Amino acid sequence: MAKLTNTKPGPESELALRKKHGDFGPYIKRYWQLYALLALPLLYLLVFKYAPMIYIQIAFKKYKLNMSVWEMPLAKNHGFEYFIKAFSSKDFRLALRNTIKLNLLDLLVGFPAPIIFALILNELPFPRFKKAVQTIAYMPHFLSWVIISSLALQLFAPGDGLVNMVIEKVTGESVPFLNEPNHWVGTYIGVGVWQSFGWNSIVYLAAIAGINQELYEAADVDGAGRFRKMWNITLPSIRPTIVVLLIMNLGNILGGGFDRPFAMSNNLVLRASEVIATYVYKTGIKGLQFSLTTAVGLFQSVVGVFFLLMANWLSRKLGERGIW
Amino acid sequence: MRNVKSTSSKIGDWGFVFLCVLVSAVCLLPMIHLLAKSLSGTDYLVRHEVSLWPKGFNFDAYLTVLKDPKYIRSFFWTVFLTVVCTLLSLTMTVLCAYPLIFRQLRGRGAINIFITITMFFNAGTIPNYLLMQNLNLLDNPLVLIIPGCLSVYNMIIMRSFFYGIPESLRESAEIDGASIFQILVKIYVPLSTPVMATLALFYAVGRWNGYSDALMYMKNADYYPLQLLLYNVINNINSVEVATQEGFSSPGLSASLKAAIVMFSTIPILCIYPWLQKYFIHGVTMGAVKE
Repeated sequence: MAKLTNTKPGPESELALRKKHGDFGPYIKRYWQLYALLALPLLYLLVFKYAPMIYIQIAFKKYKLNMSVWEMPLAKNHGFEYFIKAFSSKDFRLALRNTIKLNLLDLLVGFPAPIIFALILNELPFPRFKKAVQTIAYMPHFLSWVIISSLALQLFAPGDGLVNMVIEKVTGESVPFLNEPNHWVGTYIGVGVWQSFGWNSIVYLAAIAGINQELYEAADVDGAGRFRKMWNITLPSIRPTIVVLLIMNLGNILGGGFDRPFAMSNNLVLRASEVIATYVYKTGIKGLQFSLTTAVGLFQSVVGVFFLLMANWLSRKLGERGIW
Repeated sequence: MRNVKSTSSKIGDWGFVFLCVLVSAVCLLPMIHLLAKSLSGTDYLVRHEVSLWPKGFNFDAYLTVLKDPKYIRSFFWTVFLTVVCTLLSLTMTVLCAYPLIFRQLRGRGAINIFITITMFFNAGTIPNYLLMQNLNLLDNPLVLIIPGCLSVYNMIIMRSFFYGIPESLRESAEIDGASIFQILVKIYVPLSTPVMATLALFYAVGRWNGYSDALMYMKNADYYPLQLLLYNVINNINSVEVATQEGFSSPGLSASLKAAIVMFSTIPILCIYPWLQKYFIHGVTMGAVKE
């Protein structure tokens, strides 16, 4: 009961305080804990997300081992030496081409897959069976790319891969799934779909669950069939979700992680598997060409942001929601 | 509605059931194949006779792995890393998400922008590497813990969950004289166990499966997490001395050993995730729908 007598201002009077200027003292006294809680996360972001941006300038400078970044001399061509060098390098152009190619193929094959899977799941008549299928389909998402690449090796290796042995029995010759660049691209995309389709379907399933059931009932009355309802009710209802995720994916057309291509690639298919992330690792961290690879990274980040803004703008232009 | 079904629609249902069985099989068979290999006898493996059922059933490969000090060390190191990272990341996520739901937080807009920018713009691999170098974190075990200790994406999930907790609850606690910190510990944290479980799973899986940070920042093989060790074993990189075990020279045992190592490093996660399914479905959905 003693609590009732406390002298702290309630939320009501706080609002009044906020409107007034020069009330910093009482405000901080009351709300300092908010800033205390935020201090550590903001410090983390400052150090590990913002501080690295200081080093971006070495993209425009000649990297010297024993100098601070601020003192390093400007690179030739008004600082753009390394950008010019990157774009005239065959290796980088190959990595750039491969990045775009693999991401586009991922989008083409990997993007519709979870939508189709969600539509199929939605048609299942038995809830328990549906849940079991979901659990199984989420499983690949929890495997690391190292493990997935080892699974791929067990299945698709030229001599003793399980799938290849079956194919060899039927057709008499094995398919170079992993050791010929064009086949490797197919394997890479296929394995990517395998890893992600179940997990990515979660969002669509949630969107489908939110559809007003009366729409389906009305369609039943009109005698609409299963596929008609899918096409005319389910798909249009989840369109906003599809568009948002499509924007995110389009914005990432030059991005892409390191783990998947690095784990999946091998020396025989480098011509197809080298992407910007692995190129930067090999040329930068292993090859110590810091200025060049920082320039490449900056190019990738800036174009990435640009693509994201473009995709967002486009979707708003087309009357969709956008991501912000 | 569904009890008046025509025969054709029933056949359709079974068509979809069949499709799903097929899809599930495609998801499971690679793991089953690997499991069979890990439990099979050397002779059968050399002759490539193992497909989905083990032949010459034995646990030799698992015993060899369990006796390998390098592997065991890496396993427990990774378990330790995963636990520490998960706890630290969860704490950081809560610390970041909770103050942001207060309307009274001055500069909230600016702070939100400060946070959001880091989601869309990354300095890049090399600047990050140089930062680690300057912070003396290269080859330091802390490099596997600290740089990844907050995911803004996960923070947003947590924040939208916090937003869902009625503000009146907070206000009445405030009137009762509870401090902001007490409200967090006594009300918000206990109410958010579902989302905590989800994010713990996300962080744990991320740490357990991640290897690129160790690949880039860690030269000392003693601190290799399991996945990097695995990468080296699978790609026969000789610096890893797991291969000095006697049986490794024979290709058959080597195949079952590789399979056993992969199974070992996968099973912990495969045992956990099905139990958290109903939580993480919620978490993923919340992450996709912006507030």
